Amino acid sequence: MKILYCNCTYAKVVPLEVKKDVLRRLSDSGQAFDAVADLCDMSARKDPALNKIASGGCTKIAACYPRAVKWLFHAAGTPLPDEGIKVLNMREDSPDNIVRELLT
Amino acid sequence: MTRTEGKNLRVVLYEGPGSTRLEDDERFQTLSTLLDNGFEVTRPVAGQEVAPADDAPVLVLGLLDKHPPIAPGQEVHFRSLSDGDPLGAAREVRETTGARKLEAWKPWFPVIDFDRCTNCMQCLTFCLFDVYGVDKQQQITVQNEDNCKTDCPACSRVCPEVAILFPKYGKGPINGDIVRAEDIQREAMKVDISTLLGGDLYGALRTRQRDARKRFSTERDESKALLERKRCLGKLKKDLDIPDEVLMTLPTAEDIEERTARARAKLEKRQAKSQTVRDKQATTTDWGI
Repeated sequence: MKILYCNCTYAKVVPLEVKKDVLRRLSDSGQAFDAVADLCDMSARKDPALNKIASGGCTKIAACYPRAVKWLFHAAGTPLPDEGIKVLNMREDSPDNIVRELLT
Repeated sequence: MTRTEGKNLRVVLYEGPGSTRLEDDERFQTLSTLLDNGFEVTRPVAGQEVAPADDAPVLVLGLLDKHPPIAPGQEVHFRSLSDGDPLGAAREVRETTGARKLEAWKPWFPVIDFDRCTNCMQCLTFCLFDVYGVDKQQQITVQNEDNCKTDCPACSRVCPEVAILFPKYGKGPINGDIVRAEDIQREAMKVDISTLLGGDLYGALRTRQRDARKRFSTERDESKALLERKRCLGKLKKDLDIPDEVLMTLPTAEDIEERTARARAKLEKRQAKSQTVRDKQATTTDWGI
């Protein structure tokens, strides 16, 4: 199971304290992960790295609304598979829940 | 190069064999600083999965004693964290490799939810900045992300199916939050531009302009006309959440008419083409060939 963290660098829509807390605990966990500056930016650029993420098997993604993440990947021409992807919403959920879901 | 082109430098924060493990604070600060400055960072751990390498340039950062093993044929640069600040190293390698620089832009563009989209083309007709187009399958698509006006969600407001997202928008369902029954009802009310502007949008704009000209010619009251314009723009801004800078760049009624004619011609061409295909299919079936 891979982990992808989106820092939503280019906008302040994800609460700062939530994203920093999640990143801190992920960083301390000893778990391997990929962190991107901004999934929206990657989608707009149709970044081939999204394809590697989308086609690389089971992945947990800490970002924003699952509907937004699903269609951002689709917009980049690299749709996420129907199974094996779990999107965790840092705009709505607590860091505790997100980190628990990421690391279990 | 446009805002939406170019490869990012991928930074690998390495703590494996041939390096010294980072302190927790240092690792977090490094990650945080790099991400906040637009870099993508991978933290690999032996025996665990990360996204595989692609053809983007790679910078391996860590307290390195020697260079860790790399896949052949990859463009990889090594910098030790003991040499200085990680951001400086990443910027220097980014410069060397020609990788994409952090842009002062908010990735603001529409994202279509094709589970909801009915391909009605209202967004294509409505958007004044050529953001939308159609693909080879005649499916609506976002073709010019760069043209989209930051913080303007107006096209999502006119979508009757609430199928257009702006992930950086503040409120749901436009931000990607789930679509509730009351959202559909609310959007349906907003999409009725007739309700908003008292008739067909283009017709309303034409009438408004004609009336304004008439008023100018009879009354010559410039301040009154400006007040009227301000009032109308205020209504658009409030009802569709359109930012000032977009309102300031609205095209003239003539531009809109021309654009509508173009969209209609495109649509008629599409319809004629699909009719020809249907006719051909019908002929084939009738004659059993």
